[in-house]
Amino acid sequence: MSEEKVIKVVELTKKFGEFLAVDAISFEVKAGEIFGFLGANGAGKTTAMKMLIGISKPSSGEASVAGFDVNTQTELIKKNIGYMSQKFALYDDLTVRENITFFGGIYGLTRSTVKEKIKVLVADLKLGKIIDQQVGALPLGWKQKLSFSVSLLHDPKIVFLDEPTGGVDPITRRQFWEMIYNAADKGTTIFVTTHYMDEAEYCDRVSIMVNGKIEAMDRPKRLKEQYGASNLNEVFLKLARKSNPE
Amino acid sequence: MSISLNHISKAYNGISAVQDISFDVNPGELFGIIGPDGAGKTTLFRILTTLLLADTGTVVVAGMDVVEDYIAIRKSVGYMPGRFSLYQDLTVEENLQFFATIFGTTLEKNYDLIKEIYEQIAPFKTRRAGKLSGGMKQKLALCCALIHKPKVLFLDEPTTGVDPVSRKEFWDMLKRLQAKGITILVSTPYMDEAALCDRVALMQGGHILEIDSPQHIVENYPKVIYEIGAKEKHKLIQVLRDFPNLYSVYPFGEFVHYTDKRTDLAIPELENFLKSKGLSNIYIGLTEPTIEDVFMELAKK
Repeated sequence: MSEEKVIKVVELTKKFGEFLAVDAISFEVKAGEIFGFLGANGAGKTTAMKMLIGISKPSSGEASVAGFDVNTQTELIKKNIGYMSQKFALYDDLTVRENITFFGGIYGLTRSTVKEKIKVLVADLKLGKIIDQQVGALPLGWKQKLSFSVSLLHDPKIVFLDEPTGGVDPITRRQFWEMIYNAADKGTTIFVTTHYMDEAEYCDRVSIMVNGKIEAMDRPKRLKEQYGASNLNEVFLKLARKSNPE
Repeated sequence: MSISLNHISKAYNGISAVQDISFDVNPGELFGIIGPDGAGKTTLFRILTTLLLADTGTVVVAGMDVVEDYIAIRKSVGYMPGRFSLYQDLTVEENLQFFATIFGTTLEKNYDLIKEIYEQIAPFKTRRAGKLSGGMKQKLALCCALIHKPKVLFLDEPTTGVDPVSRKEFWDMLKRLQAKGITILVSTPYMDEAALCDRVALMQGGHILEIDSPQHIVENYPKVIYEIGAKEKHKLIQVLRDFPNLYSVYPFGEFVHYTDKRTDLAIPELENFLKSKGLSNIYIGLTEPTIEDVFMELAKK
């Protein structure tokens, strides 16, 4: 892990009318770090993430992502990050190869680069048998792994994963995390949200949002020590209990 | 029996969704169906609530056959589907009144049953259902499913996508409903919620892997599990895969869970192996199996 900061956030704020959805949060994420972004439903995670990926304008504050400003360079951010969520994945009625080719095109890769990427993915993920099958017919676990690989096609410095493993069986969930580890080992920064607290412990550092603010941020082990908890679930319950979601 | 399934199978366009499923749920029991997406949980719920016909097999719910007595069953069961399916354009109050009327009852008649849940959403009773937060929608849906005082309550993935705090509150609520004598069948993809049920069926790919109490399920796990930690976590997993007597290794929170092919693993041997591969801050200890360990072992077969 290098000391280069891939995300720098200073007093980032988002208001909806009088409601402070994100309340002056500040943090930094290093290159190659796996950063877990946790919080209860309604705590402001999604709103904060939308600002970081350049699709929502901050009310105030500053942030840079992959070296670009979230206030003024949102198009450059979108080109230079990867994004994957459970809700937005691949096109069901295109084949695996067509999906990779399509997203490669969207990211501005040349045809020869796309061909090369397909070769590598076929070898790494053992896609030989399914490369020309429609994505819709594949099991959910496969879709998620592919979706993650597609989000990395353009070699982004950072990839945002919004609850990437929801509903996936426990073995596939762990295989997915190994893909995350591999990407991080190669220097890709991982910004991930999850409701599985055991997964949160796989992160290098986690932050826990409560009512728009970051209430805690540290290595999982240190947080457990600090809150006298045996796992992150207990830490989460202690912190988020204080909140009143409505 | 409150619920009895006998050899239920269902396929969609030739693709099997559930295969030869049989189990019974006792009156007053809190029974969990635990499994990932694609296990067949929703198909079972739709068959049990008379919304889908099975290809083969029979089902009895609250003493009635789901095919012959489907109208009577609908009056005596409550069903909360996984997807929010109340009227988005009606207010909280209007939704409740609508469902009460449909079931030939009133909000007042069974108020004691929903009181505790309804009081939490009462401040928003004039708000349209579509404008509620996720947690509030869930509470309203539960009120609507309970309004006619059902004998059996079906909850299809009520906690999916819900944060750990709200999940805990929801399960506390289920325990209190169970104490009022309602039989509850609930499904979830979260393995840790299995421990909160009286009995569970572990499901994957349309099959039942195991049915038992959560205590028995973990007691019957055949292997000794070691929890292992090291400073270099990713490398630890990779290195363990090269250990000649490895049976399985899976990340679990801060540690990895390791099982050995042999029954007499010497911890120093493993520790030396890990050291020789350049790992540091090595910790090896014993740990109890969890439902997730069992699930993965059964799913492998």
